[in-house]
Amino acid sequence: MIEERFDAIVVGAGPSGNAAAYTMAKAGLKVLQLERGEYPGSKNVQGAILYADALEKIIPDFREDAPLERHIIEQRLWTMDEKSYVGMHYRSEDFNEERPNRYTILRAQFDKWFSSKVREAGAILLCETTVTELIRDGAGKVTGVRTDRDGGTALADIVILGEGVNGLVGQRSGLRPELQPDSVALAVKEMHFLPREVIESRFNLKGNEGVVIEAMGTITDGMTGTGFLYTNQESVSVGIGCIVSDFAESGKTAYGLLEAFKNHPSIKPLLENSECKEYAAHLIPEGGYHSIPELYGDGWLVVGDAGQFVNAVHREGSNLAMTTGRIAGETVIALKHRGAAMSKANLAAYKRTLDETFVMKDLKKYKRIPALLHRNKQLFGLYPRLLTAAAQTWFRVDGVDKRSKENAILRSFRKGRTLSGLIGDAFKLARAWR
Amino acid sequence: MHIVVCLKQVPDSAQIRVHPVTNTIMRQGVPTIINPYDLFALEEAMRLRDLIGGEVTVLTMGPPMAEDSLRKALTFGADRAVLLTDRFFAGSDTLATSFALASALTKIGQEFGVPSIVFTGKQTIDGDTAQVGPGIAKRLGLNQLTYVARIVELDRDANKIIVERRAEGGVQVLETRLPVLITMLEGVNEIRRGSLESAYRAASAKIVTWNAAAAGITDLTKCGLKGSPTIVKKVFAPTPRAEKAHQVPTDGLAPEALADAVIAEIFSRQPSVESDLVRFSAGQ
Ligand SMILES: Cc1cc2nc3c(=O)[nH]c(=O)nc-3n(C[C@H](O)[C@H](O)[C@H](O)COP(=O)(O)OP(=O)(O)OC[C@H]3O[C@@H](n4cnc5c(N)ncnc54)[C@H](O)[C@@H]3O)c2cc1C
Repeated sequence: MIEERFDAIVVGAGPSGNAAAYTMAKAGLKVLQLERGEYPGSKNVQGAILYADALEKIIPDFREDAPLERHIIEQRLWTMDEKSYVGMHYRSEDFNEERPNRYTILRAQFDKWFSSKVREAGAILLCETTVTELIRDGAGKVTGVRTDRDGGTALADIVILGEGVNGLVGQRSGLRPELQPDSVALAVKEMHFLPREVIESRFNLKGNEGVVIEAMGTITDGMTGTGFLYTNQESVSVGIGCIVSDFAESGKTAYGLLEAFKNHPSIKPLLENSECKEYAAHLIPEGGYHSIPELYGDGWLVVGDAGQFVNAVHREGSNLAMTTGRIAGETVIALKHRGAAMSKANLAAYKRTLDETFVMKDLKKYKRIPALLHRNKQLFGLYPRLLTAAAQTWFRVDGVDKRSKENAILRSFRKGRTLSGLIGDAFKLARAWR
Repeated sequence: MHIVVCLKQVPDSAQIRVHPVTNTIMRQGVPTIINPYDLFALEEAMRLRDLIGGEVTVLTMGPPMAEDSLRKALTFGADRAVLLTDRFFAGSDTLATSFALASALTKIGQEFGVPSIVFTGKQTIDGDTAQVGPGIAKRLGLNQLTYVARIVELDRDANKIIVERRAEGGVQVLETRLPVLITMLEGVNEIRRGSLESAYRAASAKIVTWNAAAAGITDLTKCGLKGSPTIVKKVFAPTPRAEKAHQVPTDGLAPEALADAVIAEIFSRQPSVESDLVRFSAGQ
């Protein structure tokens, strides 16, 4: 057992745990952070998008030394069938601003950097140390953690759980229910190395400009999910993910989907002559607002993926993780300064503050989306096919007049889905979006 | 008893990548580890300490970032860590390394007590020379026990140690007087995990950090690139060989004929070896 008593123990050194530990250590609190991996980032999936705003609120000058790959100037949204895609691209010179808004990063390097800032701020980080359970006093208040090391207990006023999507400590301690297969996605991802110049010419970029492609359609073979491709400096991250229960029902495999996605005629030329160097698989909580568990109690708080804070519609996760981590840290600091107890009643301030941020507002806005996507598989097969077929009818010049083409397109939609089905889908989507 | 373990931070060879485009070794982002052979030495040192009392100091020469390896050693349970770091040490070969480490060991003796045993691993995975340990022993005038598989007995009163040493064709049992330098073989023990307490202590411990001057080194010409006669001609990633291994039939051949058969086989495959040897023996 560690003799000293800490103000706070943080479980996990991902974006959420780091944000919490940094915020508290910076304010002079005595923080112990425990990470299961060999080093921060060692357990984290490579290649991701970093949203600057959330990090800026924690480390304003992070651009000075954080390992950033490219800033994103172009977003491509693709609806795909087996042979084609219909895309919406947005590219703007505005994104070449002095303080860019979104970056691609490699998580293993980024997490290491973030962690070095946490330690500079004064937190003590112990790696290769897995928290196995929470310690409670007679009244049920959490007073510390037990770890898998010899003599492995440590005590603190509060334990902040930033243990990620499959947070076993919280589950085992009964703070939240087990993950449900229909509210979590399994994503697989590969890193493909390419020379800088090739990436720049292939994606129409210069310097550190970057592109993101997000894709849906037949690539998920009728399951609820999306594919993606990001450009890093000297590599491209490509991946695909679907809801776990869909995999279970269909018997399809994630790597099978990824193989097909990589071989799609619209993706294949982008990866040509590259060398795949890394393969990773990870879960993403996608249940949204309705799956958020209890976030606080006597002596504990939950942050990041462990609290299901992922906006699946916009593919935002790390920014919600950092924001919840920061606000959890600030909540603890405020109570500490007031000399107030880390009781459930006092920690309710964490949830109240979160309710006022984009985190809760966005998740609330989209609260119907997960169920909708889950129940309306036509969005991932039928509609993409209709859309690409319509595009082909429209753009092919074959002596047919445009009015007839319009009618043919409308007919194809009516044939694919009844009029009431079409109207119903549009209505449901609009309602879920509202 | 004071025991010092010399260890080295090395790139994790399992994770070294060759740049697919330039075909050079990508050092950036390759995680570092403690040279795996050194861990057997460290565990053996701690086992002796736990048995008879005393202290284990770990020593490394390397860039400031080698501190990570020292903290790891403290996590496992070492008592003190010394980092020898200076830009004058950059580019050291085994000769310059053994000079610097021997100097630091002398200084450690003055500051923290003369060590009775200095441990190293049998070799490093990035250099594979197995020269540094013996080099230190020679410089400090210590008896050296290399490739030690087991420490059989340590008699403090008689000041002697008995070890088993793996040698070609068998095991040697050797007895000698302390102080000694031991290079430890792999697979003789398993490094402990370290308690939560020691992990915590390691995270906040102060690492004793010396530059060349602090380690009492005055002759800088013996350090780093200057003190290193070894020249690295080229670093490259070997292309996988298409050729298969070839067996030379040896049945019934007398030793000399056997040697001739092997040499003929080598010369037929590598004609340049033959011409080089001919030139060499002609004194060219
Ligand atoms: C394929 C994929 C792509 C993604 N792309 C993006 C993207 O582009 N942009 C984005 O914003 N988000 C993205 N996300 C989501 C993002 O990765 C997560 O939202 C974010 O990492 C959550 O941070 P966290 O700190 O809560 O959890 P994590 O990053 O999962 O960190 C949890 C940490 O806790 C440690 N840990 C767990 N249990 C224990 C224990 N018992 N004891 C000690 N330590 C423990 C783990 O080792 C880990 O280091 C993506 C996710 C996936 C899977």
